[in-house]
Amino acid sequence: MTICLFLLFLGLGSLLGGCSDSSSSSQQEQADRATLYYFTWSDYVDQKIMAAFEASRGVRVVVDTFSSNEELLAKVQTGMIGYDVVVPSDFMAGIMGRLGLLAKLDLAKIPNVQDLEQHLAHLPFDPTQQFAIPYLWGTVGIGYNADVVSEVPTSWAILWDPRYSGRISMLNDQREVFGLALRALGHSLNSRNPEIIQQAKDRLILQKPLVKAYTSEQFDQLLVSGEVVLAHAWGGPVARAMREDPSIRYAIPQEGGTIWTDCLTVLASSQNKLLAMDFINYLISEQVALQTSRRLLFASANRHVRNQLPPEIRNNIAVYPPDEILSRMEWMEDVQEAIRVYDRAWTELKVH
Amino acid sequence: MVLGVSFASRGLYGGVEWIATIGNYSRLADPLVGVIFLRSLIFASMTTIVCAIVGFPLAYMVARASPRWQLIWLTLVMIPFWTNFLVRTYAWTVILRVDGLVNTFLQSIGMQEEPISLLFTDFAVAIGLMYGYLPFMVLPLIVAIERISPQLEEAAYDLYASMGATFRHVVVPLSKPGFIAGGILVFIPSLGAFITPYLLGGGQKMMIGTLIQQEFLVSRDWPFGSALSLGLMGTVLILWVLLSRSSFGKQVQ
Repeated sequence: MTICLFLLFLGLGSLLGGCSDSSSSSQQEQADRATLYYFTWSDYVDQKIMAAFEASRGVRVVVDTFSSNEELLAKVQTGMIGYDVVVPSDFMAGIMGRLGLLAKLDLAKIPNVQDLEQHLAHLPFDPTQQFAIPYLWGTVGIGYNADVVSEVPTSWAILWDPRYSGRISMLNDQREVFGLALRALGHSLNSRNPEIIQQAKDRLILQKPLVKAYTSEQFDQLLVSGEVVLAHAWGGPVARAMREDPSIRYAIPQEGGTIWTDCLTVLASSQNKLLAMDFINYLISEQVALQTSRRLLFASANRHVRNQLPPEIRNNIAVYPPDEILSRMEWMEDVQEAIRVYDRAWTELKVH
Repeated sequence: MVLGVSFASRGLYGGVEWIATIGNYSRLADPLVGVIFLRSLIFASMTTIVCAIVGFPLAYMVARASPRWQLIWLTLVMIPFWTNFLVRTYAWTVILRVDGLVNTFLQSIGMQEEPISLLFTDFAVAIGLMYGYLPFMVLPLIVAIERISPQLEEAAYDLYASMGATFRHVVVPLSKPGFIAGGILVFIPSLGAFITPYLLGGGQKMMIGTLIQQEFLVSRDWPFGSALSLGLMGTVLILWVLLSRSSFGKQVQ
């Protein structure tokens, strides 16, 4: 019996240890076909789109996924796996560019880049698409349940309203949470001034007793289940939650907030840069981008997609924010050494 | 590797610059870190104690069952491990939330008018930790109890010991190696847990595991994260030495 238990224990150990690497068997190299390694956000993968590219080019696409920009940077920096195309968000594309991790793109190989939305064509971290092509974009705002919250949230201040105590969720992302508080105080969300960050922290500590949860993955389900009625949220998941519950709405407060875009980039270490650029061109082509936006409910960086989307998607401000609000949105930038101030303030907030 | 990094400096974009410093360790003395650490210790101790209380009767039942039933019980204890830990923890959010199983049940039997908020509380974190680590307590206990000859219990009954007294004076003391092994297996992972406090605690209260994860992934401060990890390991080691030197440990030897 003891031996039997010991075996069970061993089995348990290997089960616990074996959950991390499952994809290695599918990565068997096929020498006769070129292989493209694509590293992207877990919800972005669409097998149909990949299969169509594989069939038309006679290549293989191996997909691997990450769930945060930091994870992406850490994996690329270790350089263990030779990815070709990776999808960092705006500020991370800037960091990776400065670190020399990204290849300079040959835009002649990516003709579809001319279809880029005007407001995404000159981003601060890469104004001429030297190394990053915007792919999908969106905003950070407030998802709310219109049955309970009768007024449209026009200010971030509603997240401090005691009437909704215990029914508010915030993103579990230190830069986003502080960015919101900084905008509410009338500052840039990229402020590096320690005193201003302290003020934002004090406001957030005041808010904390009202907050049900800090979560970046569950807020859409919490809205649907009624656990929370106001959620600091990314637009896409709120748009998807609206399909389940029509009383869920999305608003971008007048103070403005974060605008983001995930970018297609080629790693400097890629062995297959031509194929990689061809792949990027394919992903941003009108029909493929349309398919992607319809499924994910994120706005496409291809400006022709918008008009082909059904009206309930293209007129949904959780997907496409109104033009007049775009000027009030701000790109998140890397705050360099000030990240320590944020880190400390965030820890203090989480200890309270 | 971790030891080396813990004496280095943080690179601007993560990674490590090899400039020697002990600054990462002086940051451990920060009262903020102390509070987080203390909270994790309390949660881990509580989890260990509750696992022991809940796990012992279960382990006793399995250990004294016929071989056939033993196999069935053991399989039932092991089945949850076929599912990923993350998925199992996530399942608790479905059970505990406002429209979840617990509230639906309480309302249907009329015990509760308004749904009670169970998710994102310390209670939810405690439940999640206990559930997650209970098998680690039960399995060593089964081994320990199996080694106790049933004749010892019979002898106790022959001497007119009540069932309670038999357990108190015979079975529990003789199961101590199981309690110690199980206690260590439960205490250490629950001290460093970060998925459970995040999913079930709503990221409200920071634990030491959450802080280490934040330093590595969000703040990109690997050296401080390494120092924290080593500080955690050091504390566990000190506790272990104290425990084994105490009378409790001596009795076992």
